[in-house]
This record gives sequence, C-alpha cells and structure tokens, in this order.
Amino acid sequence: MNTWFSQLKYLVIGTLFGIIFVKAEVISWFRIQEMFRLQSFHMYGVIGSAVMVGMLSVWLIKKYNIKTLEGETVVFQPKKFNKGQIYGGLMFGLGWAITGACPGPLFAQIGVGTTVVAVTLLSAIAGTWVYGRFRDQLPH
Amino acid sequence: MYCYTFVTQTHIIIMTILEFLQQPWPWYIAGPLIGLTVPVLLLVGNKSFGISSSLRHICAACIPAKVPFFQYDWKKEVWNLLFVAGILLGGIIAGSLLVNPAPVAVNPKLVTDLAQYGITDFHSLVPGQLFNWPALLSVRGLLMMVGGGFLVGFGTRYAGGCTSGHAIMGLSTLQWPSLVATICFMIGGFVMANLILPFILSL
Repeated sequence: MNTWFSQLKYLVIGTLFGIIFVKAEVISWFRIQEMFRLQSFHMYGVIGSAVMVGMLSVWLIKKYNIKTLEGETVVFQPKKFNKGQIYGGLMFGLGWAITGACPGPLFAQIGVGTTVVAVTLLSAIAGTWVYGRFRDQLPH
Repeated sequence: MYCYTFVTQTHIIIMTILEFLQQPWPWYIAGPLIGLTVPVLLLVGNKSFGISSSLRHICAACIPAKVPFFQYDWKKEVWNLLFVAGILLGGIIAGSLLVNPAPVAVNPKLVTDLAQYGITDFHSLVPGQLFNWPALLSVRGLLMMVGGGFLVGFGTRYAGGCTSGHAIMGLSTLQWPSLVATICFMIGGFVMANLILPFILSL
C-alpha cells in the first residue's frame, strides 16, 4: 500500500490543514509580531489548544492501544536531546519572527498569493542544504 | 411559490455558511483542529506530524550532491511532500474562496508601531509593503526574505524540527528535548521581534 494513489490522502489532509492555517490567520506576519510582542493571546491560544488536543489524543491512543486503520500498532519516535535543539532552535526563532512563518505557513503564504514567498522558501531549502552539508562541523 | 421559498431559504443558508467561513476563525476552533492532525496522521498511516522534514526531502530529491545527510530513500517520505503540497493547495482555496474582505484586526499598539516603518496596509495576511518582488532588491527586503528564510531552513533542521514537529508533536508525546527546542524558538522570536527587527524595519 505504498502506491502514489494511496498517498493521495495526505494531499487531502494537507489541504484541510492549509485552509485552517489561513482561516486562523496563523500564517499572518502580523499575528506572529503580536505573539512575540505579547500583544495578543491568539497565537498562544492556537498553539496551546493544539498541544492540549494532541496530548489528549496521544494519551488515548496509548491507553486504549488504538491501532491504525491498517491494524498496526502506533509508533512514537522518541526525540534525543542534542545541543542542536538549542542553537538551531534559537536560529529558527529568529527566522520565524522575521518571515512571520514557520515551514508550513511558508507554503500557505505562497498559496494565498504572496508569490515572492517562493524566494523565502527556496532560501529555507538552501538553509537546510547548507546545514546538511556542514553538519559534521557543527556542535551537536 | 412554494418552490421559490425553498430556493431562497437554501440560498440564505449557503450564504450564512459562507459568511461564517469567510471570517477569521477564533483560536479555540483552529487550535483544536490543528491538534487533531496529530491523531489523524498517526491513525491514517502511522506518520509523525512534522513539516520541516519536507525541506530535507526536497534537498534529498533535487540536490543530494553526495552529502551523507541527504543519502536516503526520500521516496518513502513522499507522504510528507504531498502533505505540504496540500498546504499550498489549501492556501490557494482559502485565499480565493474563503477570503476575508476586512483588514487583519491587529492590536492598535502594533498598528502604531508599524506605522513608523511605513507599514500601514493590513489587508493581506502577509504585508505587501514588506514582502514583494521589487523589495528583493532592497537591503531590508533581502534580509527579511532571503535571510529570514535561510534561518528558518537552517534552524529547523539543526533543531530537528519546527513548530509542528517539536512544539505540537513533540510536546504531545511529552518529549523534553522538544520542550527545550520550543523554549528556544520562543526566545529567538522574542529577541528578533523586539530587539533586532525594529532595526531591520528601519533600513
């Protein structure tokens, strides 16, 4: 079940997700500025309630051992700590406040018609590439 | 006559739904819906919610250049690329059919703050006065679009995830490294928005 067609469901989920992103205005540069200037509760409400719902669902999946649609046991990938989460986290935070977008909203910002964000996205891809290229030389 | 009334009523109902959808959605509707992505992806295909990985898969697919970090079977991660293609498509749909005609309602303090940098138009979610093609030729535009994008791409991969992978998926599964990452995202954002961005905006 790894055919392209069976993967189309992710396109549908992504589309719904993109619509929510736009309608909640989380892709708005203005909303991100408000968040980092503590001028609005909106973004804290969005992220906070998303985490609450996510936590509750994961807890339910674990407690009742809920299987996937194909009957598999749900796999959780543990995240290992390294210094990258600090250095990289700070760098991403700086970028987030400039562009008003994390990687997901970049795609949605292009979708709503701000075509120049394609340049920001290309630059983000370049950033990922440069990280990959010089990964061994960076502190982790 | 009877038929006419029915048509009018249906019309009114459809218009009401559309009008509702056109307004910005409050956080308590949007947040839980975003959170539901976590169980939906887990149950539909055992996938961990995370968006920044898509940038890595694009590198692996298009410009691997013998870099070990990009030597893996990216085709197994096609779902993630379709997911972000969906986000783009969702943006197009919401931006054309469900668009909110009113300007973004922001805190009046932000309006005053931004006015000193010449940002006065709040009609689109992304300020057109900052993010536009000609602005790429200015120092401010270059720093914001190219520099900002680079930091987002480099930083998320260095941190091993972004707002979705760490803040939402990571915190949902109670991973403390994700909490560290999320706190650092916020510190970086506060420093930029309050201390550095005012300087960049004044360029």
